[in-house]
Amino acid sequence: MNLIAGLLEPTAGSIWLDDVRLDHVPPEKRDFGMVFQNYALFPHMSVADNVGFGLSLRRVGKAERRERVQKALDMVQLGSQAAKRPSQLSGGQQQRVAIARAIVTEPRLVLMDEPLSNLDAKLRIDMRTEVRLLHQDLGLTTIYVTHDQAEALSLADRLVVMREGVVQQTGAPQEVYESPDNIYVAAFVGYRNAIDGRVGRDGRIDIGDASLVVADAGDRLGGAPHAVAMVRPDDVTIAAADAAPGEARANAIPVTVRVSEYQGRVFAVEAQTAGGTTVFGYSETLLQPGTAAVASIAAESIRVYGEDAPHGAARAAAAEAELAASGVPA
Amino acid sequence: MTTSAAERRDLGSWIRARGYTPTVWLVLPGVLFMVVFFIYPVIYGLNLSFQGRSGGISAYLDFFTNQFPHDSGSFQTLWTTLALALPSALICLVLAVPIAWRLRRGVRGVRVLTAIVMIPMTLGSVFVAEALNTLLGPAGWLNRLLLMLNLIHEPLRLTGNFTGVLIALVLTGFPFSFLLMLGFAAGIDPSLDRAASILGAGPTQRFWRIDLPLLLPGITITFALSFVLAFAVFPSATLLGNDAGPTRVLSKVAYQEYSNGNYANASATAVIMAVAQLIVLAIVFLIRGRLYRGSTAGGKG
Repeated sequence: MNLIAGLLEPTAGSIWLDDVRLDHVPPEKRDFGMVFQNYALFPHMSVADNVGFGLSLRRVGKAERRERVQKALDMVQLGSQAAKRPSQLSGGQQQRVAIARAIVTEPRLVLMDEPLSNLDAKLRIDMRTEVRLLHQDLGLTTIYVTHDQAEALSLADRLVVMREGVVQQTGAPQEVYESPDNIYVAAFVGYRNAIDGRVGRDGRIDIGDASLVVADAGDRLGGAPHAVAMVRPDDVTIAAADAAPGEARANAIPVTVRVSEYQGRVFAVEAQTAGGTTVFGYSETLLQPGTAAVASIAAESIRVYGEDAPHGAARAAAAEAELAASGVPA
Repeated sequence: MTTSAAERRDLGSWIRARGYTPTVWLVLPGVLFMVVFFIYPVIYGLNLSFQGRSGGISAYLDFFTNQFPHDSGSFQTLWTTLALALPSALICLVLAVPIAWRLRRGVRGVRVLTAIVMIPMTLGSVFVAEALNTLLGPAGWLNRLLLMLNLIHEPLRLTGNFTGVLIALVLTGFPFSFLLMLGFAAGIDPSLDRAASILGAGPTQRFWRIDLPLLLPGITITFALSFVLAFAVFPSATLLGNDAGPTRVLSKVAYQEYSNGNYANASATAVIMAVAQLIVLAIVFLIRGRLYRGSTAGGKG
């Protein structure tokens, strides 16, 4: 993000925008807008002067400047706060001023660096919708960096998942969500269960305690001897072991319940297989910790990834914490 | 017994409710120190200053009408002192602000640089005065070099006069203002600069529109403190100037009167010094009061 904005000089490679090489152009000559994680509003200026700063540098006349500032502030619903100092506003309002400041010059490219990460959960969701609406109304090309899966999926027209500076997958949000290219991307888009196994015959994955039937086996295995099976908690049903097995359950894994939390309607369950793998799933009924239970997973909801060595799951779990995604609504 | 204990507790909570806690007593040694070593001498000196030749304000009148027995031009020294202290504080600022601004993000070797800058401050004004005499004096290195290069035909008079004292004051005062300004400059949220540059502001515009307004409160404080430091100048004025005339300063007058046993006159001079400083400081802080003085952060960190 800093490289695109021009705040850092690249040590290798080049940056292009519309066939113009940008990487040696100073930030002030790039005509971009940027929203910072910590807002970075000028504390000694009023809200209106903050928003009008870029316009005054572009020598926009006073009357037109006032009009455009007011329009931008109205767009973020802060029209009545123009005369206040940033310190008199709440965090959400400050971030909206920062957004207004970034878009008022109608820049070629808007950069948003985790703009919502300093807001509390409810405000974050409200602001997310507002950012989406603003983008729909103005159509400004925006690069949005976030660690938040829901933000990435809901805001992006095009999603780029990066890990340690390397692009992992690019595509529409649905595409990335439905068929992640590797375990890191899968971990980022919510495949929280990562189960190690060996590749068996006819598309089965042997995970020690059980063997899983997998619908999409093949293309991502690439003939590797080991595999990691990734499953969303939503697709794992956990039920007590002694409950009547109405029908023969597909891919049933015996587990022991460790934690069970009521989340309204269902219980979120964390359980462990005999081999020590943690399984996250949902249960219809309350399961006491220590209860023997069965986790069942539909064959088509499993994504498997080939591995040359065992224990790939640990990497997926570690990756979940560090992954960053950037969406490029084009 | 029980009632008195209860009463005592009530008294305790009554005191605590008004914001006083037993820890308040810990300030007592400090208060005593202030009374003994500051307030008492000030009152004593004030009192003494009203015991001039014919009592009352005669010592002050003598000061302003140049009738001190050991100083023919005491009133003039007030202006001399101001003429030295104000420009030196100003020059220190003009040098310190841009340098501190450039170094605010830290540059390779900034520690070595600050150490070098601090040396004049630690050496003391006598050392600096001696060094300047050898460097800038009529037979000093600078003059010899300039004469050798035929840039001048007779030695420049840089010591033994007003210029010499001003140079010495700037040299000893600069480290102080620089370090203070470096602290203020480093305290400005770096993301403000980045935000301004993306919005289209070049380095010059960022300095004038973002950093300087945020530095102004720090600038006024630095100016006030380096002014006070320079105002009490004595060694530099004596060693590098000419304290019989052009660089005779207030502290020299006070010293002269004091060492001749004329305590009332010395005290009156000290009071005049203090009042002159307070007036300048009052003006500086009046200006400061009209500035933005809030946080220099751009939002949540």
